[in-house]
Amino acid sequence: MRLRLRRLDTTALVYLALLAVLIIAAILVATTGRSLFSPGNIRDILTGMSVLGFVAIGQTLVILGASLDLSVPYVMSLASLVAAQTMNGSDAMVVPAVLLTLVVTAGIGLANGLIVTVLGVHGFVATLGVGLILKGYLDTNYQGTEGSVPWSFQLFGATGIGPVPISTIVMLALAALVAFILVRTAFGHHLFAVGGSSEVARLSGVRQRLPLIGAHIGSSVCAGLAGLLLASRLGVGSPTVGSQGSYDLLSIAAVVLGGTVLMGGRGSIWGTIGGVAIFAVLDNLMSVMQFNPFLKDVIRGLVIIIAVALYARRRVIARRIRFAANAPGPNIATGSAPAPAPAPAPAAAPAPAAETGGRSQ
Amino acid sequence: MRRGVRTAVAIAGASALIALAGCTTDPSVEPADEGDGGGEESSQEWFDQELYDKQFEERDVVPEGPEDKPYLQMINPEMGETSEFKAEGEKKMCFANASISNPWRQTGWITMNEQLKELKKDGVITEMETRDAQDNDDTQIADIDYFISEGDCDGFIISPNSTAAITPAVERACETDKPVIVFDRGVETDCAVTFIHPIGGFAWGIDTSQFLIDNLSEGDKVVALRILPGVDVLEQRWAAADKLFGEAGIEVVDYFTEGDPAEIKKVVSDELAKGDVQGIWMDAGDGAVSAIEAFEDGGKDYPVMTGEDELSFLRKWKETEMTALAPVYTNFQWRTPLLAAEMIFKGEEVPTEWVLPQSPITAGDLDEYLDRNEGMPDGHYAKFGGEDMSGFPEVWQDRVIP
Amino acid sequence: MNASAAENRSDRLMTLVRRAVDPKGIVLVLLIVILTAIIVLNPSFAEPGSLMRFIQRVAPIAIVAIGQYFVIVSGEFDLSMGAVVTAQVMTAGHLIGEDDTKTGPVLVLMLGIGIIVGIVNGLATTLLKVPSFIVTLGTMLVIHGGVMWWTGGTATGNPAESFRRLGRGGIEGLPVVDLLPYAVLVLIAVIVFAVWISRRPFGQTVVAIGDNARAATFAGANVWRTKTFAFVLSSLSATVAGVLLAGYAGVHPSVGQGYEFTAITAVVLGGVVLGGGRGTVLGALIGAFTLESLFTLLNFTTVPATMRDAIQGAIIIAAVAYSGVIFAKRRKRPSASDIASAPDDATTSARVAEKPMTTSAGTPSSIPLTGGDGADRT
Repeated sequence: MRLRLRRLDTTALVYLALLAVLIIAAILVATTGRSLFSPGNIRDILTGMSVLGFVAIGQTLVILGASLDLSVPYVMSLASLVAAQTMNGSDAMVVPAVLLTLVVTAGIGLANGLIVTVLGVHGFVATLGVGLILKGYLDTNYQGTEGSVPWSFQLFGATGIGPVPISTIVMLALAALVAFILVRTAFGHHLFAVGGSSEVARLSGVRQRLPLIGAHIGSSVCAGLAGLLLASRLGVGSPTVGSQGSYDLLSIAAVVLGGTVLMGGRGSIWGTIGGVAIFAVLDNLMSVMQFNPFLKDVIRGLVIIIAVALYARRRVIARRIRFAANAPGPNIATGSAPAPAPAPAPAAAPAPAAETGGRSQ
Repeated sequence: MRRGVRTAVAIAGASALIALAGCTTDPSVEPADEGDGGGEESSQEWFDQELYDKQFEERDVVPEGPEDKPYLQMINPEMGETSEFKAEGEKKMCFANASISNPWRQTGWITMNEQLKELKKDGVITEMETRDAQDNDDTQIADIDYFISEGDCDGFIISPNSTAAITPAVERACETDKPVIVFDRGVETDCAVTFIHPIGGFAWGIDTSQFLIDNLSEGDKVVALRILPGVDVLEQRWAAADKLFGEAGIEVVDYFTEGDPAEIKKVVSDELAKGDVQGIWMDAGDGAVSAIEAFEDGGKDYPVMTGEDELSFLRKWKETEMTALAPVYTNFQWRTPLLAAEMIFKGEEVPTEWVLPQSPITAGDLDEYLDRNEGMPDGHYAKFGGEDMSGFPEVWQDRVIP
Repeated sequence: MNASAAENRSDRLMTLVRRAVDPKGIVLVLLIVILTAIIVLNPSFAEPGSLMRFIQRVAPIAIVAIGQYFVIVSGEFDLSMGAVVTAQVMTAGHLIGEDDTKTGPVLVLMLGIGIIVGIVNGLATTLLKVPSFIVTLGTMLVIHGGVMWWTGGTATGNPAESFRRLGRGGIEGLPVVDLLPYAVLVLIAVIVFAVWISRRPFGQTVVAIGDNARAATFAGANVWRTKTFAFVLSSLSATVAGVLLAGYAGVHPSVGQGYEFTAITAVVLGGVVLGGGRGTVLGALIGAFTLESLFTLLNFTTVPATMRDAIQGAIIIAAVAYSGVIFAKRRKRPSASDIASAPDDATTSARVAEKPMTTSAGTPSSIPLTGGDGADRT
C-alpha cells in the first residue's frame, strides 16, 4: 500500500507540473485573445498527444526494463508504408493491412529483444543499429510517399467525439490496457523486477529474457500503431514521417518527464501520458504565441532539464527519509551517504564486488 | 486482480458507449473525390515526360508582367476568376509554413515578413498568423486544422512540407470557401486559388546538365552531389540531369551528402583519389564551396560546376574565375503569396498556376548580383528579390528572423 | 633451434591469435581488412600523402570519439556533442569573418563555451541527479536552437584563412608525405594528452566510477568532480573538432549534425562498453578509424549510398554482440582472463579481465544513469 502511494506521488507530481503548465498556458493564450480550452485548441493539443503518446507508451515498457528503443522513428515510417501499400485504397484490405503491420513491427521488436537479451548488446546500440538498418532499407527501396489509405481508415485519424479525436481515445485506451498489464500481470511484475535489478530478478527466479523481449515487442508494436495513425492522417505511407518528428529522443524525454527512471524498474504509464501532455500543451502554447521555431527548441530543452531535475531532487530526498525510517541493513549506507554520488542499482553493485574478492584468492 | 478487470471492462464499455452515442465526424473532414484519390502514380519513378516537356518549353518563354518586379511575372498564365473573394476591409492571412530549417527558407521567410510590412501600409492584408511545422507532415496537418477552426482566417497560405501527405489538409482548407494559396512544393489537388512556384525541378536539371554537357566532352566524369533522397523538387532535378548526362555520354556518379560540407569534401576527395573529375553537379548549392576546396587541396584543376545562387558559391566562383553556372530555385517566390492574396481580395484575376521565372545566374550576370548583395551573409540567396523594400539591406544582412 | 624456443614461438603466436580475437583486437583486424580492401580497390590510397589526408579527415571524428570515451567510460552519455560542434563552427564563422586579428580572441571564447557546456552537463548530471541522457538531450536542443536563433540560421561567412589553416592546411614541402596536415598534429596531441590523462589518477578514477560508483566513493573518489571533468573533456573535444571542421569543410549549419551518434558508434565499435567501467582511449580511437575507413570503402565501391546506414547498423550490432560473447566465454574459463590483461594499454585492460561479467557486455541494467532506487520496488 505504501509503495502504491509513493508511486502515486511521482505521478501526482507529473500532473501537478502539467497543471502548472496548463495554467501558465491558459493565461498566456488568453493574452492573445484566444482560449486554451476552445474546441479547436483542445483538438490541436490532443492530436499532438496521440502520435507521441503511442510511441511513449511503448518506450515506457522498454525503459522500465532498463533498455531503450531508438529504432522507433524508422519502425513508424515502415509501418505507415506497409499499411498504405497493403491497403492501396481498398476498404477490404484495411484489416489485413493493420494485422500485417502489427506482425511486421512485432517482428522488429522481437529482433530488438533478442539482440538485447540473447546477444547481450546494450539496448542503445542494438536499437540504434536496427534503426540504421531500417533506415538503409527505407532509403534504398522508397523514393517518396507510397500507397494510399482508403477513406474508411482515414477516419481513424480525422474523426472525433466533440473536440476529442478518436486516435487520442484509442491511445488512452491502450495506455489503460498497458498500465493494467504492468500492475496486474506476471509479465508486468517481472518487467519491473528485471528493470530494477536483473540480478535480483534472476536470484528470485524470474526469467530475465522474456519480459525484456516482451517489452521490446510492445515498443515496436506501439510505434507501429503510431505509424498506422500517421498513415491514416497523411493518407499515404511515408519513408520519412517517423524521423521528421524525432520521435526517438522526444519519446524518451516524455517518458522521463513522466517520472519513469531511465535506468529502469520504476515508473508508470500514466506518468508518461502526463509527460506527453506537458510537451503537447507547451508546443501548442508556443505555436499560438508564434514563437520563433529555433526558440521553441531552446525552451523544450530547458523544460526537459528543469522538470526532470525537480523530480530527481525530490526522489533523492524521499529515498533518504524512507531508508532511515524502515530499511535496515546495508541499504542504509546508500541512503545516508553524504556524498551526492549517483548510486548504481543497489543490488547489482555488491555482486561484482563480492566476486572480485573471490577471484583474487 | 478482479477489481482491475472490472475497471478495464468499465472503461472499455464506457468508451464504446461514448463512441456509439456521440461519434461525430469532424464536419470539415470529408471524403476526397474518388477521381484523384489514387496516389498510386506518386513517386516510384520520378521522371515525367509530360512535365519535363512543359518545363523545357517554359524555360524559353518571356514572362508576362512588370519587368522590374520579377516576383509578379508569370509564365504562360491561365487567369482564374477571383471575384467571389472580393471583399472590403482589413484581412488576416494564416500561413502554414513547412519550416525555416535551411538557409534558403530562412532567406525567403525574412523577405515574406518584409513584404507583409509593406502590405500593411495598404490596409488590405493587415495581419498574418504563422505556424511552423518544423519539417513535420503531421504537425503541418494539425496546423492547418487549427487555422480552420481557431485561426479566424480570411485566407490561407500553405507551403506544403510534402506533396501527397498534405493534400487532404489543403482540401479541408479549400472547403472553408476562403482563398487558399499554395507555394513552393505542390499538392495533388487544384482546389487552391493559385499555386505559386518557379518553373520547376526538371528545368533546373535541364539548365544545369546542358551547361555541363556544353562545357565538357563525351567520356568526361561528373560527380553529382545530392542532398536527400525522396524529396520531389530535388528528385526531379536529378531525374532530368541524369537523363541528359546519359544521352550525352557523360559518366556520372551520385552521392547523398545532406548538404554537409564535411561530407561533400570527403566524397569529392575520394573521387579525386580515384581519378580525374571534370564536372560537379549539385541539386542544391549547400556546401558548394567545400567541393571546390577539395579540388584546391588535392592540387587539381577546377571543375566545370553548377551550384546555386547562394552567395558563398557566387563569391567563390568570382574569386576562382572557374567555369560555372548558378541555377536558381527562385527565392523571391516568398514575396508572391501575400501579393497574390491582396489581388484576390481586390477581385483581380490571378493565374491558377502562377509560374515564376527561374533563370540561372550566368558568368555575365555574376558581377551584377554580387554588387547587389554586397554585405549579405554567405547563406543569403542572390535572387531574393527584396531590394526595393524599406528594410533593405539591414534586415537581410542581420538575418532578423521573427 | 631447440625445443623450448619453438615452444616459445608457438606460445607467442597463440598470444597473438588470442589478442586478435579480443574485442578490441577484432576491430583492429577489421580496420586492417577494410584498409587493405581500400588499397586493393585504389592503390594510390597507400601513398603516404593520401594516408596523411585520410588521417586529416578522420581527425575530427577521432577527437570527438576520444572525448565521448571519457563520458561513456564514466557511465554517462553526451548527446550534446553534435550541437556543440555546430555551435562552435557557426560561432567561428559568425564572429571572425575576414578579420585575422579576431582569430585569437574568438578561439579563446570558443574554448570558454566548450568548458561551460561541459560544466553545465556535468553538474546537472551529478548534482541535480538528472540522467545524463536527458541533460545532454536538453543541452543539445538548447545549444542548437540558441545558435540558430542567434545567427539567423547561417553564419556571416567562412572565417579568415588564419583560422581555417588549422583544419585545412599543413606543413608543406616535407619529404615522403609532402604535406603534413596540422589536423594530424592536433590529433596526435589529443591522443597523447588523452592517453596521459587516462593513466593519471583522473583516468583511473573515471573508469572506477563507471565500473562501480559506490565502491569508488568508498575508496575516496570524488564522483561529481570526476564526472564533470569528463563532460568538460567531451565538450572541449567537440570544440577542437569544430575548429578543425570549420577549417576542413567551412561553415554551414549542417556541420556537426549527428556527430553525437557517430562518436558513440565509434566508441562502442572500439570495445568501450556503454554503462561505463570498461574500455580504453586507444579502443575509441581504433573505433573511429574503423568507422571512417568503412565509409571511405563504401565510397570506393558501388554499394548504393543509401545502404551505408544499414551496413553501419549491422556492424555495430555485430561488434558489440561479439565482444559480449567473448566476455561471456571468458567468465566460464577463468584462465582466459590472462589473455586480456596483456599489457597493451595500462589502466583498464586489467580491469577488463578482472571484472566478473555478472552483467554481460551490454546488459542495460549496468547503466548507472540516475540515482538508483530500483531495488526496493517489489
